Amino acid sequence: MKEFLLVFRRAGAGDEQQQPLSPEQIQAMMKPWQDWMGSLAAQNKLVDAGNRLEHDGKVVNPNAMVTNGPYVEIKEVIGGYTIIRANSLDEAAELSKDCPILSIGGTVEVRAIVPMD
Amino acid sequence: MEQQELIPHLFRTEYRKIIAVLCKLFGFQHLRAAEDIVSETFLLASETWGLKGLPQNPTAWLYTVSKNKTLDYLKHNKIFNEKVAVELSTSNPPQADHHEVEIDLSGKNLDDSQLKMMFAICHPSIPKEAQIGLSLNILCGFGAEEIADAFLSTREATYKRLARAKEKLRIENIQIELPDATEIDSRLDTVLTTIYLLFSEGYYSTSQNTVLRKDLCVEAMRLNLMLVENEQTNLPQASALLSLMCFHTSRFEARMDQQGDLIIYEEQDESSWNRELIAKGIHYLNQASQGTKISKYHIEAAIAYWHTQKTDTHEKWESILQLYNKLLQLEYSPMAALNRTYALAKADGKEIAIVEAEKLQLSDNHLYHSLLAHLYTDLDNKKALEHLEKALPLAKTTADRKIIAGNKERLLEKQNLQ
Repeated sequence: MKEFLLVFRRAGAGDEQQQPLSPEQIQAMMKPWQDWMGSLAAQNKLVDAGNRLEHDGKVVNPNAMVTNGPYVEIKEVIGGYTIIRANSLDEAAELSKDCPILSIGGTVEVRAIVPMD
Repeated sequence: MEQQELIPHLFRTEYRKIIAVLCKLFGFQHLRAAEDIVSETFLLASETWGLKGLPQNPTAWLYTVSKNKTLDYLKHNKIFNEKVAVELSTSNPPQADHHEVEIDLSGKNLDDSQLKMMFAICHPSIPKEAQIGLSLNILCGFGAEEIADAFLSTREATYKRLARAKEKLRIENIQIELPDATEIDSRLDTVLTTIYLLFSEGYYSTSQNTVLRKDLCVEAMRLNLMLVENEQTNLPQASALLSLMCFHTSRFEARMDQQGDLIIYEEQDESSWNRELIAKGIHYLNQASQGTKISKYHIEAAIAYWHTQKTDTHEKWESILQLYNKLLQLEYSPMAALNRTYALAKADGKEIAIVEAEKLQLSDNHLYHSLLAHLYTDLDNKKALEHLEKALPLAKTTADRKIIAGNKERLLEKQNLQ
Protein backbone atom coordinates (compact mmCIF):
# COMPACT_ATOMS: atom_id res chain seq x y z
CA MET A 1 0.00 0.00 0.00
CA LYS A 2 1.19 3.46 -0.89
CA GLU A 3 0.01 6.80 0.33
CA PHE A 4 -1.47 9.40 -1.96
CA LEU A 5 -2.11 13.08 -1.54
CA LEU A 6 -5.45 14.26 -2.86
CA VAL A 7 -5.52 17.96 -3.67
CA PHE A 8 -8.94 19.52 -4.05
CA ARG A 9 -9.34 22.45 -6.41
CA ARG A 10 -12.41 24.49 -6.96
CA ALA A 11 -12.84 26.12 -10.36
CA GLY A 12 -13.49 29.83 -10.42
CA ALA A 13 -12.48 30.42 -6.82
CA GLY A 14 -10.24 33.21 -8.02
CA ASP A 15 -13.07 34.77 -9.95
CA GLU A 16 -14.29 38.07 -8.53
CA GLN A 17 -17.87 37.15 -9.35
CA GLN A 18 -17.76 34.06 -7.18
CA GLN A 19 -19.38 34.66 -3.81
CA PRO A 20 -17.76 32.93 -0.84
CA LEU A 21 -19.87 30.10 0.53
CA SER A 22 -22.42 31.03 3.16
CA PRO A 23 -22.40 29.22 6.53
CA GLU A 24 -25.61 27.43 5.44
CA GLN A 25 -23.97 26.25 2.25
CA ILE A 26 -20.94 25.04 4.17
CA GLN A 27 -23.25 23.24 6.59
CA ALA A 28 -25.07 21.55 3.73
CA MET A 29 -21.72 20.59 2.23
CA MET A 30 -20.51 18.95 5.42
CA LYS A 31 -22.59 15.77 5.11
CA PRO A 32 -21.26 14.61 1.73
CA TRP A 33 -17.70 15.34 2.88
CA GLN A 34 -18.15 13.57 6.20
CA ASP A 35 -19.83 10.63 4.45
CA TRP A 36 -17.04 10.42 1.90
CA MET A 37 -14.33 10.55 4.57
CA GLY A 38 -16.30 7.98 6.57
CA SER A 39 -16.55 5.76 3.51
CA LEU A 40 -12.78 5.92 2.90
CA ALA A 41 -12.12 5.29 6.58
CA ALA A 42 -14.54 2.32 6.59
CA GLN A 43 -12.44 0.79 3.80
CA ASN A 44 -9.36 1.49 5.93
CA LYS A 45 -8.07 3.72 3.14
CA LEU A 46 -7.96 7.03 4.99
CA VAL A 47 -4.58 8.06 6.36
CA ASP A 48 -5.29 11.65 7.30
CA ALA A 49 -8.56 13.51 6.79
CA GLY A 50 -6.42 16.57 6.08
CA ASN A 51 -7.75 20.11 6.18
CA ARG A 52 -9.64 22.74 4.29
CA LEU A 53 -7.72 25.84 3.31
CA GLU A 54 -8.85 29.44 3.52
CA HIS A 55 -9.29 31.22 0.26
CA ASP A 56 -6.88 34.05 1.05
CA GLY A 57 -3.17 33.46 0.82
CA LYS A 58 0.15 34.94 -0.07
CA VAL A 59 2.74 33.89 -2.59
CA VAL A 60 6.41 34.32 -1.81
CA ASN A 61 8.53 34.73 -4.93
CA PRO A 62 12.26 34.02 -5.46
CA ASN A 63 13.17 37.70 -5.18
CA ALA A 64 11.51 37.67 -1.75
CA MET A 65 8.62 39.60 -3.19
CA VAL A 66 5.40 38.68 -1.48
CA THR A 67 2.15 38.96 -3.39
CA ASN A 68 -1.39 38.49 -2.20
CA GLY A 69 -3.72 35.87 -3.52
CA PRO A 70 -5.99 35.29 -5.40
CA TYR A 71 -3.68 33.89 -7.93
CA VAL A 72 -4.81 35.52 -11.14
CA GLU A 73 -2.94 33.12 -13.34
CA ILE A 74 -4.33 30.03 -11.71
CA LYS A 75 -7.94 29.38 -12.48
CA GLU A 76 -8.33 26.85 -9.73
CA VAL A 77 -7.49 27.43 -6.13
CA ILE A 78 -6.53 24.70 -3.70
CA GLY A 79 -9.42 24.25 -1.29
CA GLY A 80 -8.03 21.44 0.81
CA TYR A 81 -6.22 18.13 0.93
CA THR A 82 -6.50 14.60 2.24
CA ILE A 83 -4.12 11.67 2.43
CA ILE A 84 -5.34 8.20 1.50
CA ARG A 85 -3.82 4.76 1.12
CA ALA A 86 -4.19 2.61 -2.00
CA ASN A 87 -2.43 -0.15 -3.93
CA SER A 88 -1.91 1.91 -7.06
CA LEU A 89 -2.37 5.33 -8.58
CA ASP A 90 -5.36 3.91 -10.48
CA GLU A 91 -7.02 2.73 -7.29
CA ALA A 92 -6.34 6.08 -5.63
CA ALA A 93 -7.97 7.82 -8.59
CA GLU A 94 -10.90 5.41 -8.41
CA LEU A 95 -11.37 6.22 -4.71
CA SER A 96 -11.40 9.93 -5.58
CA LYS A 97 -14.34 9.60 -7.94
CA ASP A 98 -16.82 10.02 -5.10
CA CYS A 99 -15.20 13.19 -3.78
CA PRO A 100 -17.86 15.88 -3.22
CA ILE A 101 -15.67 18.58 -4.81
CA LEU A 102 -16.50 17.03 -8.21
CA SER A 103 -20.21 17.79 -7.80
CA ILE A 104 -19.49 21.51 -7.56
CA GLY A 105 -17.22 21.57 -10.58
CA GLY A 106 -13.95 21.10 -8.77
CA THR A 107 -11.14 18.64 -9.43
CA VAL A 108 -9.07 16.19 -7.44
CA GLU A 109 -5.39 15.91 -8.19
CA VAL A 110 -4.00 12.53 -7.11
CA ARG A 111 -0.29 12.30 -6.36
CA ALA A 112 1.71 9.43 -4.90
CA ILE A 113 3.67 10.44 -1.82
CA VAL A 114 7.38 9.62 -1.91
CA PRO A 115 8.49 8.82 1.63
CA MET A 116 11.48 10.81 2.84
CA ASP A 117 14.14 8.53 4.22
CA MET B 1 -25.84 -15.02 52.44
CA GLU B 2 -25.16 -18.72 52.95
CA GLN B 3 -21.62 -19.71 53.82
CA GLN B 4 -21.04 -21.60 50.57
CA GLU B 5 -21.93 -18.42 48.69
CA LEU B 6 -20.22 -16.06 51.10
CA ILE B 7 -16.67 -17.32 50.67
CA PRO B 8 -16.60 -17.12 46.84
CA HIS B 9 -18.20 -13.68 47.14
CA LEU B 10 -15.62 -12.48 49.66
CA PHE B 11 -12.90 -14.03 47.56
CA ARG B 12 -14.05 -11.93 44.63
CA THR B 13 -14.30 -8.70 46.62
CA GLU B 14 -11.52 -9.00 49.22
CA TYR B 15 -8.78 -11.09 47.58
CA ARG B 16 -7.70 -8.32 45.23
CA LYS B 17 -7.80 -5.65 47.93
CA ILE B 18 -5.49 -7.51 50.27
CA ILE B 19 -3.18 -8.49 47.40
CA ALA B 20 -2.97 -4.87 46.28
CA VAL B 21 -2.11 -3.62 49.76
CA LEU B 22 0.52 -6.32 50.31
CA CYS B 23 2.06 -5.80 46.89
CA LYS B 24 2.27 -2.08 47.34
CA LEU B 25 4.03 -2.76 50.62
CA PHE B 26 6.55 -5.31 49.33
CA GLY B 27 6.77 -4.65 45.60
CA PHE B 28 6.22 -7.13 42.81
CA GLN B 29 9.32 -9.02 43.94
CA HIS B 30 7.11 -10.64 46.53
CA LEU B 31 3.88 -10.99 44.55
CA ARG B 32 4.02 -14.75 44.90
CA ALA B 33 4.30 -14.47 48.68
CA ALA B 34 1.36 -12.05 48.78
CA GLU B 35 -0.74 -14.46 46.72
CA ASP B 36 0.20 -17.37 48.98
CA ILE B 37 -0.69 -15.39 52.10
CA VAL B 38 -4.12 -14.45 50.83
CA SER B 39 -4.83 -17.92 49.43
CA GLU B 40 -3.89 -19.49 52.75
CA THR B 41 -6.14 -17.02 54.53
CA PHE B 42 -9.11 -18.06 52.43
CA LEU B 43 -8.26 -21.73 52.83
CA LEU B 44 -8.24 -21.27 56.59
CA ALA B 45 -11.54 -19.42 56.37
CA SER B 46 -13.27 -22.23 54.52
CA GLU B 47 -11.93 -24.76 57.01
CA THR B 48 -12.67 -22.94 60.25
CA TRP B 49 -15.93 -21.22 59.26
CA GLY B 50 -17.36 -24.58 58.31
CA LEU B 51 -16.51 -26.05 61.70
CA LYS B 52 -16.99 -23.12 64.05
CA GLY B 53 -19.54 -21.08 62.14
CA LEU B 54 -19.17 -17.64 60.66
CA PRO B 55 -17.24 -14.98 62.54
CA GLN B 56 -19.19 -11.85 63.45
CA ASN B 57 -17.39 -9.78 60.82
CA PRO B 58 -16.02 -12.12 58.12
CA THR B 59 -14.19 -9.35 56.27
CA ALA B 60 -12.43 -8.13 59.40
CA TRP B 61 -11.52 -11.76 60.16
CA LEU B 62 -9.89 -12.07 56.75
CA TYR B 63 -7.94 -8.85 57.26
CA THR B 64 -6.70 -9.89 60.70
CA VAL B 65 -5.64 -13.35 59.59
CA SER B 66 -3.87 -12.11 56.48
CA LYS B 67 -2.11 -9.44 58.55
CA ASN B 68 -0.84 -12.06 60.98
CA LYS B 69 0.21 -14.33 58.17
CA THR B 70 2.10 -11.46 56.58
CA LEU B 71 3.95 -10.65 59.78
CA ASP B 72 4.76 -14.33 60.06
CA TYR B 73 6.07 -14.41 56.54
CA LEU B 74 8.23 -11.37 57.13
CA LYS B 75 9.70 -12.97 60.21
CA HIS B 76 10.73 -16.02 58.22
CA ASN B 77 11.73 -13.95 55.29
CA LYS B 78 14.02 -12.02 57.58
CA ILE B 79 15.86 -15.20 58.49
CA PHE B 80 16.03 -16.06 54.82
CA ASN B 81 17.35 -12.67 53.92
CA GLU B 82 19.94 -12.54 56.64
CA LYS B 83 21.24 -15.96 55.72
CA VAL B 84 21.12 -15.75 51.97
CA ALA B 85 21.40 -12.06 51.24
CA VAL B 86 24.92 -11.91 52.56
CA GLU B 87 26.04 -14.42 50.01
CA LEU B 88 23.98 -13.13 47.14
CA SER B 89 24.77 -9.46 46.80
CA THR B 90 22.25 -9.14 43.97
CA SER B 91 19.28 -10.15 46.10
CA ASN B 92 16.68 -7.56 46.89
CA PRO B 93 16.01 -6.90 50.54
CA PRO B 94 12.32 -6.38 51.33
CA GLN B 95 11.41 -2.74 50.95
CA ALA B 96 9.77 -2.47 54.32
CA ASP B 97 11.46 -2.75 57.64
CA HIS B 98 9.57 -5.67 59.08
CA HIS B 99 10.02 -4.64 62.68
CA GLU B 100 7.86 -1.60 62.22
CA VAL B 101 5.80 -2.75 59.28
CA GLU B 102 2.26 -1.54 59.40
CA ILE B 103 -0.25 -3.31 57.23
CA ASP B 104 -2.87 -0.71 56.51
CA LEU B 105 -6.13 -2.32 55.45
CA SER B 106 -8.25 0.81 55.82
CA GLY B 107 -10.69 1.75 53.08
CA LYS B 108 -8.58 4.61 51.81
CA ASN B 109 -5.44 2.55 51.45
CA LEU B 110 -7.40 -0.30 49.84
CA ASP B 111 -8.61 2.00 47.05
CA ASP B 112 -5.28 3.73 46.75
CA SER B 113 -3.39 0.44 46.44
CA GLN B 114 -5.74 -0.94 43.80
CA LEU B 115 -5.52 2.24 41.75
CA LYS B 116 -1.72 2.16 41.81
CA MET B 117 -1.79 -1.53 41.01
CA MET B 118 -3.88 -0.77 37.93
CA PHE B 119 -1.26 1.61 36.56
CA ALA B 120 1.55 -0.80 37.45
CA ILE B 121 -0.06 -3.70 35.58
CA CYS B 122 -0.75 -1.44 32.60
CA HIS B 123 2.88 -0.37 32.46
CA PRO B 124 4.08 0.06 28.84
CA SER B 125 6.69 -2.68 29.27
CA ILE B 126 4.05 -5.33 29.96
CA PRO B 127 2.55 -6.86 26.78
CA LYS B 128 -1.12 -5.97 26.12
CA GLU B 129 -2.27 -9.57 26.15
CA ALA B 130 -0.68 -10.13 29.54
CA GLN B 131 -2.20 -6.95 30.99
CA ILE B 132 -5.75 -8.24 30.71
CA GLY B 133 -4.90 -11.58 32.25
CA LEU B 134 -3.01 -9.90 35.07
CA SER B 135 -5.83 -7.43 35.66
CA LEU B 136 -8.35 -10.25 35.87
CA ASN B 137 -6.14 -12.23 38.16
CA ILE B 138 -4.66 -9.61 40.46
CA LEU B 139 -7.23 -6.79 40.30
CA CYS B 140 -10.39 -8.85 39.97
CA GLY B 141 -9.47 -12.02 41.83
CA PHE B 142 -10.27 -14.34 38.92
CA GLY B 143 -8.57 -17.72 38.97
CA ALA B 144 -6.81 -19.32 36.00
CA GLU B 145 -9.84 -21.50 35.36
CA GLU B 146 -12.25 -18.56 35.16
CA ILE B 147 -9.87 -16.61 32.94
CA ALA B 148 -9.49 -19.65 30.71
CA ASP B 149 -13.27 -19.92 30.52
CA ALA B 150 -13.67 -16.25 29.63
CA PHE B 151 -10.99 -16.39 26.93
CA LEU B 152 -12.02 -19.84 25.71
CA SER B 153 -8.55 -21.13 26.46
CA THR B 154 -7.27 -24.04 28.51
CA ARG B 155 -6.48 -23.79 32.19
CA GLU B 156 -2.87 -24.88 31.64
CA ALA B 157 -2.20 -22.37 28.88
CA THR B 158 -3.74 -19.55 30.93
CA TYR B 159 -1.77 -20.57 33.99
CA LYS B 160 1.48 -20.50 32.05
CA ARG B 161 0.65 -17.16 30.48
CA LEU B 162 -0.10 -15.64 33.88
CA ALA B 163 3.12 -17.00 35.35
CA ARG B 164 5.12 -15.48 32.50
CA ALA B 165 3.38 -12.13 32.93
CA LYS B 166 4.10 -12.11 36.66
CA GLU B 167 7.73 -12.93 35.99
CA LYS B 168 7.80 -9.91 33.71
CA LEU B 169 6.41 -7.65 36.48
CA ARG B 170 9.22 -8.87 38.69
CA ILE B 171 12.04 -8.62 36.14
CA GLU B 172 11.04 -5.16 34.97
CA ASN B 173 10.90 -4.16 38.63
CA ILE B 174 7.79 -2.09 38.04
CA GLN B 175 6.95 0.29 40.84
CA ILE B 176 3.45 0.23 42.27
CA GLU B 177 2.69 3.92 42.10
CA LEU B 178 0.75 6.50 40.11
CA PRO B 179 2.73 8.06 37.27
CA ASP B 180 3.55 11.79 37.34
CA ALA B 181 0.72 14.17 36.52
CA THR B 182 2.31 14.85 33.12
CA GLU B 183 2.41 11.15 32.34
CA ILE B 184 -1.04 10.20 33.64
CA ASP B 185 -2.77 11.25 30.44
CA SER B 186 -0.82 8.88 28.21
CA ARG B 187 -0.59 6.05 30.73
CA LEU B 188 -4.33 6.29 31.33
CA ASP B 189 -4.89 5.24 27.71
CA THR B 190 -3.42 1.81 28.39
CA VAL B 191 -5.42 1.48 31.59
CA LEU B 192 -8.63 2.37 29.77
CA THR B 193 -7.84 -0.02 26.92
CA THR B 194 -7.41 -2.83 29.42
CA ILE B 195 -10.65 -1.94 31.19
CA TYR B 196 -12.49 -1.78 27.87
CA LEU B 197 -11.11 -5.17 26.78
CA LEU B 198 -12.11 -6.59 30.12
CA PHE B 199 -15.60 -5.25 29.63
CA SER B 200 -15.86 -6.46 26.03
CA GLU B 201 -14.71 -9.89 27.09
CA GLY B 202 -17.73 -10.01 29.37
CA TYR B 203 -20.19 -8.27 27.08
CA TYR B 204 -19.38 -10.02 23.83
CA SER B 205 -17.76 -13.18 25.15
CA THR B 206 -18.82 -16.43 23.59
CA SER B 207 -18.47 -18.17 26.93
CA GLN B 208 -21.70 -19.85 27.97
CA ASN B 209 -21.15 -18.82 31.56
CA THR B 210 -23.56 -15.87 31.88
CA VAL B 211 -22.79 -15.16 35.53
CA LEU B 212 -19.08 -14.98 34.83
CA ARG B 213 -19.65 -12.70 31.86
CA LYS B 214 -21.72 -10.32 33.91
CA ASP B 215 -19.04 -10.32 36.60
CA LEU B 216 -16.44 -9.29 34.02
CA CYS B 217 -18.56 -6.29 33.06
CA VAL B 218 -19.16 -5.31 36.67
CA GLU B 219 -15.46 -5.60 37.48
CA ALA B 220 -14.49 -3.43 34.53
CA MET B 221 -16.96 -0.77 35.64
CA ARG B 222 -15.74 -0.98 39.23
CA LEU B 223 -12.15 -0.34 38.14
CA ASN B 224 -13.26 2.53 35.94
CA LEU B 225 -15.29 4.06 38.76
CA MET B 226 -12.17 4.06 40.90
CA LEU B 227 -10.41 6.15 38.23
CA VAL B 228 -13.31 8.60 38.06
CA GLU B 229 -13.45 8.96 41.83
CA ASN B 230 -9.76 9.80 42.12
CA GLU B 231 -8.92 13.44 41.51
CA GLN B 232 -5.69 12.72 39.60
CA THR B 233 -7.11 10.13 37.26
CA ASN B 234 -10.54 11.64 36.74
CA LEU B 235 -9.93 12.73 33.14
CA PRO B 236 -12.71 13.16 30.53
CA GLN B 237 -11.84 9.97 28.64
CA ALA B 238 -12.26 7.95 31.85
CA SER B 239 -15.78 9.33 32.32
CA ALA B 240 -16.53 8.70 28.65
CA LEU B 241 -15.61 5.03 28.93
CA LEU B 242 -17.66 4.64 32.09
CA SER B 243 -20.61 6.27 30.33
CA LEU B 244 -20.22 3.86 27.41
CA MET B 245 -20.23 0.86 29.72
CA CYS B 246 -23.30 2.15 31.62
CA PHE B 247 -25.25 2.45 28.34
CA HIS B 248 -24.19 -1.02 27.20
CA THR B 249 -24.95 -2.79 30.46
CA SER B 250 -28.37 -1.14 30.58
CA ARG B 251 -29.29 -3.74 27.95
CA PHE B 252 -27.46 -6.67 29.51
CA GLU B 253 -30.64 -8.50 30.63
CA ALA B 254 -32.69 -7.51 27.60
CA ARG B 255 -30.11 -9.03 25.26
CA MET B 256 -30.76 -12.58 26.35
CA ASP B 257 -33.83 -14.75 26.48
CA GLN B 258 -34.65 -17.41 29.10
CA GLN B 259 -32.43 -19.93 27.31
CA GLY B 260 -29.49 -17.53 27.28
CA ASP B 261 -29.79 -16.97 23.53
CA LEU B 262 -28.99 -13.54 22.15
CA ILE B 263 -31.88 -11.26 21.24
CA ILE B 264 -31.05 -8.78 18.52
CA TYR B 265 -31.48 -5.09 19.26
CA GLU B 266 -34.63 -4.61 17.15
CA GLU B 267 -36.42 -7.37 19.01
CA GLN B 268 -35.43 -6.37 22.52
CA ASP B 269 -38.08 -5.45 25.03
CA GLU B 270 -37.39 -1.80 25.73
CA SER B 271 -39.09 -1.97 29.12
CA SER B 272 -36.41 -4.36 30.38
CA TRP B 273 -33.63 -1.84 29.70
CA ASN B 274 -32.15 -0.59 32.94
CA ARG B 275 -33.22 3.07 33.21
CA GLU B 276 -31.00 3.74 36.19
CA LEU B 277 -27.89 2.74 34.23
CA ILE B 278 -29.00 4.85 31.27
CA ALA B 279 -29.32 7.86 33.60
CA LYS B 280 -25.83 7.15 34.97
CA GLY B 281 -24.50 6.88 31.43
CA ILE B 282 -25.90 10.32 30.62
CA HIS B 283 -24.40 11.71 33.81
CA TYR B 284 -20.89 10.45 32.99
CA LEU B 285 -21.21 11.52 29.36
CA ASN B 286 -21.94 15.06 30.57
CA GLN B 287 -18.90 14.87 32.84
CA ALA B 288 -16.79 13.63 29.94
CA SER B 289 -17.74 16.61 27.81
CA GLN B 290 -15.89 19.01 30.12
CA GLY B 291 -12.54 18.48 28.43
CA THR B 292 -11.26 19.64 25.07
CA LYS B 293 -10.01 16.30 23.72
CA ILE B 294 -12.44 13.91 22.05
CA SER B 295 -11.45 10.30 22.59
CA LYS B 296 -12.90 7.29 20.81
CA TYR B 297 -14.75 6.55 24.06
CA HIS B 298 -16.57 9.87 23.75
CA ILE B 299 -17.77 8.93 20.28
CA GLU B 300 -18.66 5.38 21.22
CA ALA B 301 -20.54 6.60 24.29
CA ALA B 302 -22.49 9.06 22.13
CA ILE B 303 -23.40 6.23 19.74
CA ALA B 304 -24.43 4.06 22.68
CA TYR B 305 -26.55 6.96 23.96
CA TRP B 306 -28.48 7.07 20.66
CA HIS B 307 -29.10 3.36 20.96
CA THR B 308 -30.91 3.96 24.23
CA GLN B 309 -33.52 5.75 22.09
CA LYS B 310 -35.46 2.89 20.58
CA THR B 311 -37.57 4.95 18.19
CA ASP B 312 -36.22 5.03 14.63
CA THR B 313 -35.93 8.66 13.62
CA HIS B 314 -33.89 10.11 10.79
CA GLU B 315 -32.14 12.34 13.31
CA LYS B 316 -31.06 9.29 15.32
CA TRP B 317 -29.55 7.41 12.40
CA GLU B 318 -28.01 10.47 10.78
CA SER B 319 -26.33 11.27 14.12
CA ILE B 320 -25.12 7.69 14.50
CA LEU B 321 -23.78 7.71 10.93
CA GLN B 322 -21.83 10.92 11.51
CA LEU B 323 -20.46 9.55 14.80
CA TYR B 324 -19.24 6.42 13.02
CA ASN B 325 -17.69 8.59 10.32
CA LYS B 326 -15.72 10.35 13.07
CA LEU B 327 -14.90 7.16 14.95
CA LEU B 328 -13.48 5.51 11.83
CA GLN B 329 -11.34 8.54 11.14
CA LEU B 330 -9.87 8.20 14.64
CA GLU B 331 -9.40 4.44 14.46
CA TYR B 332 -10.37 1.84 11.89
CA SER B 333 -12.00 -1.40 12.98
CA PRO B 334 -14.03 -3.89 10.91
CA MET B 335 -16.87 -3.71 13.47
CA ALA B 336 -17.10 0.08 13.17
CA ALA B 337 -16.98 -0.17 9.37
CA LEU B 338 -19.90 -2.62 9.36
CA ASN B 339 -21.89 -0.61 11.90
CA ARG B 340 -21.33 2.55 9.90
CA THR B 341 -22.79 0.87 6.84
CA TYR B 342 -25.83 -0.30 8.82
CA ALA B 343 -26.39 3.28 10.03
CA LEU B 344 -25.96 4.53 6.46
CA ALA B 345 -28.75 2.22 5.32
CA LYS B 346 -31.00 3.54 8.08
CA ALA B 347 -30.17 7.17 7.33
CA ASP B 348 -29.87 7.24 3.53
CA GLY B 349 -31.41 4.00 2.30
CA LYS B 350 -30.38 0.45 1.56
CA GLU B 351 -29.34 1.04 -2.07
CA ILE B 352 -26.64 3.52 -1.09
CA ALA B 353 -25.51 1.27 1.75
CA ILE B 354 -25.14 -1.77 -0.53
CA VAL B 355 -22.69 0.12 -2.75
CA GLU B 356 -20.70 1.11 0.33
CA ALA B 357 -20.88 -2.34 1.92
CA GLU B 358 -19.43 -4.00 -1.16
CA LYS B 359 -16.36 -1.77 -0.92
CA LEU B 360 -15.49 -3.02 2.56
CA GLN B 361 -13.50 -6.12 1.59
CA LEU B 362 -14.46 -8.05 4.68
CA SER B 363 -15.73 -11.14 2.90
CA ASP B 364 -14.15 -13.49 5.45
CA ASN B 365 -16.26 -11.95 8.22
CA HIS B 366 -19.66 -13.54 8.87
CA LEU B 367 -21.07 -10.21 10.02
CA TYR B 368 -20.19 -8.71 6.65
CA HIS B 369 -22.37 -11.28 4.90
CA SER B 370 -25.12 -10.94 7.50
CA LEU B 371 -25.12 -7.20 6.88
CA LEU B 372 -25.33 -7.63 3.11
CA ALA B 373 -28.08 -10.21 3.56
CA HIS B 374 -29.98 -7.66 5.65
CA LEU B 375 -29.46 -4.95 3.03
CA TYR B 376 -30.53 -7.16 0.12
CA THR B 377 -33.63 -8.46 1.90
CA ASP B 378 -36.73 -7.24 0.01
CA LEU B 379 -34.53 -5.73 -2.73
CA ASP B 380 -33.02 -8.98 -4.00
CA ASN B 381 -33.93 -11.94 -1.81
CA LYS B 382 -31.88 -14.35 -3.87
CA LYS B 383 -28.73 -12.37 -3.15
CA ALA B 384 -29.74 -12.04 0.49
CA LEU B 385 -29.97 -15.83 0.72
CA GLU B 386 -26.58 -16.25 -0.93
CA HIS B 387 -25.00 -14.02 1.67
CA LEU B 388 -26.64 -15.86 4.55
CA GLU B 389 -25.29 -19.10 3.15
CA LYS B 390 -21.82 -17.58 3.01
CA ALA B 391 -22.19 -16.25 6.57
CA LEU B 392 -23.16 -19.57 8.14
CA PRO B 393 -19.85 -21.48 7.81
CA LEU B 394 -17.90 -18.33 8.77
CA ALA B 395 -19.72 -17.85 12.10
CA LYS B 396 -17.60 -18.93 15.03
CA THR B 397 -20.15 -19.41 17.78
CA THR B 398 -23.36 -21.35 18.24
CA ALA B 399 -25.19 -18.16 19.18
CA ASP B 400 -24.17 -16.52 15.88
CA ARG B 401 -25.07 -19.60 13.85
CA LYS B 402 -28.49 -19.67 15.51
CA ILE B 403 -29.16 -16.07 14.53
CA ILE B 404 -28.06 -16.64 10.93
CA ALA B 405 -30.09 -19.84 10.65
CA GLY B 406 -33.11 -17.97 12.05
CA ASN B 407 -32.69 -15.21 9.46
CA LYS B 408 -32.40 -17.79 6.71
CA GLU B 409 -35.60 -19.49 7.81
CA ARG B 410 -37.47 -16.17 7.85
CA LEU B 411 -36.17 -15.29 4.41
CA LEU B 412 -37.26 -18.63 2.97
CA GLU B 413 -40.72 -18.22 4.51
CA LYS B 414 -40.94 -14.81 2.91
CA GLN B 415 -40.06 -16.22 -0.50
CA ASN B 416 -42.68 -18.94 -0.16
CA LEU B 417 -45.34 -16.33 0.54
CA GLN B 418 -44.53 -14.48 -2.64
